[in-house]
Amino acid sequence: MSATLIPAIISAAEGGDGEFVPPGPSSFDLPPFANLGGFEITKPMGLVVLSAVIVIGFTVLASRKAEVVPGRLQFAGEAVYGFVRNSMARESIGGEHFMKFVPYLFSLFLFILVNNYYGILPFLQFPSFSRIGFIVPLAIITWLLYIGAGIYAHGPFGYLKHATVPGGVSGPILLLLVPLEFISNILVRPFTLTLRLFGNMFAGHLLLILFATGGAALLTSGNIGYGVVGVLSFGLGIAVSFLEMLVMFLQAYVFTLLASMYIGEALADEH
Amino acid sequence: MDGSLNLVGLGLAAIGPGVGIGLIFAAFISGVARQPEARGNLQSIAILGFVLAEALFIITVALAFVL
Repeated sequence: MSATLIPAIISAAEGGDGEFVPPGPSSFDLPPFANLGGFEITKPMGLVVLSAVIVIGFTVLASRKAEVVPGRLQFAGEAVYGFVRNSMARESIGGEHFMKFVPYLFSLFLFILVNNYYGILPFLQFPSFSRIGFIVPLAIITWLLYIGAGIYAHGPFGYLKHATVPGGVSGPILLLLVPLEFISNILVRPFTLTLRLFGNMFAGHLLLILFATGGAALLTSGNIGYGVVGVLSFGLGIAVSFLEMLVMFLQAYVFTLLASMYIGEALADEH
Repeated sequence: MDGSLNLVGLGLAAIGPGVGIGLIFAAFISGVARQPEARGNLQSIAILGFVLAEALFIITVALAFVL
């Protein structure tokens, strides 16, 4: 920790009168850094646009000069593509229809991955998906996609029956099961998709802010005992950063996996 | 000292998914130990279970800050 960094962290953590202010949801309200004709642009908005540029640039560069013996970049691109296609799309959707959905799943995976990893990139250090508004469109597109796929495969009423009536059940128990299945398969899914990604990014980033600002406040408190705890807090912050690296990948994987599972379930034949 | 009672509930709510996720991965590990070649199949199932168990807590995190 350099001597200039700690006062900067402290001034960010303190409310001005020298008292430590714990980070909360307001830590995520960043001030706008640019103003385009009355439209204020904040850091996460810029980061999301940048992520689109990164994803498009990476995929174009990786696939531009495709050769039989792949170069390094082409190999990396093919590894990610193969991972999404084989371990998610083909496993969950099945061999017949999966290729139609691979482009969407692949771009979804890369987009979420890049946006999540902003959280630990030095200087950027803000996971843009800790703002829930950016995830809602992804969940809505996924919702429309799997419902659309189901309607395409079974027809509107066929899909409704497919999604809400569990196989092998008959009689009055259906009165109980059909509303439950409708709620869980149609209504709740986009919410859990959104909240899972948002909650993980939000909680992870909050934890990192807490360890950094809290550690800095303890270190500069002037008390030796507090200082030791402050060092411990910085150490824990580093450990949590590694945990976050795992969680960020896992959340991108899980979002894509669930999207492909929902599509696969909507397309599945009657059982 | 001030704060929201919600956060105490958040801590309590973490117990359930914590136990659940532990059980899921314990089953995953013993499954792989018994049959190492089934790892690929078990992994995606384990992660799916982990995600579903975790969802409960994540919803609580969101609600703790919203309400």
